[in-house]
Amino acid sequence: MSYFRAENLSLHFGGLKAVDSVSFAVEKGEILSIIGPNGAGKSSIFNLISRIYPPTSGKIFFEDQDITEQPAYEIAGLGIARTFQNIELFENATMLSNLLVGRHRHSSTQLWQELLFLPSVRAGEKLHRRRVEQVIEFLDLEAYRDKLISGLPYGVRKVIELARALCSEPKLILLDEPSSGLNVEETGDMSFWIRDMKTELGITVLMVEHDMTLVNRVSDRVIALNYGRVLAMGSPSEVQRHPDVVAAYLGA
Amino acid sequence: MRFLFKTDYEDDIRLFPHSGYIVSYGILLAFLAVAPFVLSSYLVSQLVFVCIYATVGVGLMILTGFTGQASLGHAAFLAIGAYTAAYLQQYNVPFPVYFLAGGLLTGVVGALVGFPALRLTGIYLVIATISFAFIVEEVLARWESVTHGNEGMRVKTLSLFGQAVPQNGPAFYFLCLGVLILTIIGTLNLLRSPTGRAFVAIRDSETAARSMGVNVSLYKVKSFAISAAITGLAGVLFAHKLSFISPEMFTLQLSIEFIIVILIGGTFSLHGAVLGAIFLVMIDPFLTYLKDDLPVIIAGIAATFGADSITAGKIHGNVAAIASANGLKGAIYGVIIVLFVLFEPLGLYGRWLKIKLFFQLFPLYKRATFKRQKIYVKSERNR
Repeated sequence: MSYFRAENLSLHFGGLKAVDSVSFAVEKGEILSIIGPNGAGKSSIFNLISRIYPPTSGKIFFEDQDITEQPAYEIAGLGIARTFQNIELFENATMLSNLLVGRHRHSSTQLWQELLFLPSVRAGEKLHRRRVEQVIEFLDLEAYRDKLISGLPYGVRKVIELARALCSEPKLILLDEPSSGLNVEETGDMSFWIRDMKTELGITVLMVEHDMTLVNRVSDRVIALNYGRVLAMGSPSEVQRHPDVVAAYLGA
Repeated sequence: MRFLFKTDYEDDIRLFPHSGYIVSYGILLAFLAVAPFVLSSYLVSQLVFVCIYATVGVGLMILTGFTGQASLGHAAFLAIGAYTAAYLQQYNVPFPVYFLAGGLLTGVVGALVGFPALRLTGIYLVIATISFAFIVEEVLARWESVTHGNEGMRVKTLSLFGQAVPQNGPAFYFLCLGVLILTIIGTLNLLRSPTGRAFVAIRDSETAARSMGVNVSLYKVKSFAISAAITGLAGVLFAHKLSFISPEMFTLQLSIEFIIVILIGGTFSLHGAVLGAIFLVMIDPFLTYLKDDLPVIIAGIAATFGADSITAGKIHGNVAAIASANGLKGAIYGVIIVLFVLFEPLGLYGRWLKIKLFFQLFPLYKRATFKRQKIYVKSERNR
């Protein structure tokens, strides 16, 4: 049994088939990239996995558990974290509180305990902070702890969003275009971090990406999509040479 | 300029980041402690209203300022707290019991309002809360066996542990102040724990909050319940302060006043709730002063510029008619809201922060520091 599986996953908006019976599997500890032209249904697959959209048909399994019907807020609790293509940070909060929201699934304090700020809450806060600091160190974000997100540049926000996802200590992380809007140097950093997430933190990565340099550098396997259907699946070089993929990108 | 050198995670958790806060809040507390003995009884009475309005402001701030859910129904929550007190008092229930019961009942009603509000955002939520307030007002007027309808209810003098606490004495002032301080401390505790961060997360991006594992529906209901419960507690004190309550006291205008409290104070900080309450309560004597003295002053000015006594009398009459026109208060509130939204969206507390920074950075303060600018990265978000 695979670690993560999507079976005949479909998402239709009226007559538009955004995702059309897509099946794939992710093995534990691998980095799987999804590529494809604009509108191929890549982000829609992510939105199906994180339950922002309910699928029209098909099933999603994670660690042999059917998660197709789970409510969206429980997906994080299962150990699946994600980032967004257009950055969904909490703009009017500091970076620290953004990252601490990432710890939400690990907090267990009750409302009345929090109102009194009992020692258990204080201890929990310190524990969360320690974990957050590990992520800050991992992604070199030391300079921004008390900065408001609304005042930070795009490239930094992109990294902070990754940091917030890592703070939830996920087993599987979904990265939606991690390099969009980043310059060459920042993309290079990103590829190191994605590799390190796999080797040092043991996180399985599923990622949507347009930058083929990044895809080639980090991915173990690649899936190519077009019009909601899988065109090719395999190693990065295999997929790039596949005639259907070439046709999709360059026109037949 | 002060630099905070943090050496412990505790430095980011504690309520007072450095000793300067303890000094300034200490001075404030000392002033508030001697206030009832040095100020006139009228000003002390106004201070009690400041405390009650600020408590409601803190409650509304949790819901609107931190969770991002607007409400124009908080007068109804205040009414439920007030009527619970008046009703239970008839059966000789002691104050601590009906004080907590008022908060609890209002909290439950708040949670019930929170459920239908889950599917509504923005202006629709505002309309839903207004309708809720109308329903409560109507129920209070019609349910005569409990609320005595439009006759209203008399609230007996508060008695605490066998001691009478008259609503004009210093003891009642200290009671209201104590409730306000405890509410603020509780709210600050909440805001530095996971629940408070979940509230802020919902305000800024529901999608992201959900994908981080925040049960958005549950936390919205929690926010409604906490906000309502705090308002209910304030309602009990409100009933005692006025010693008489009737349905027409808890109208839409009162809800709008509460919105003014947080809007003018600044919707991002609890300081805002207190500053807004001071502003709103203290503008009332100012308006009364205008009503009484403005016609005399204007007529006097006209007389100095050579108007004869008949013209001066006419001017006096006209100005007096305008100053005592019906609904003038509402109009002035409206103008104040518009001006604040346009020119100082961060409210009084935002202005205070700017003044503080000016002196901290002097003479290096740059005019452009707080220039508002458009942000373009917020495109096609998932909603």
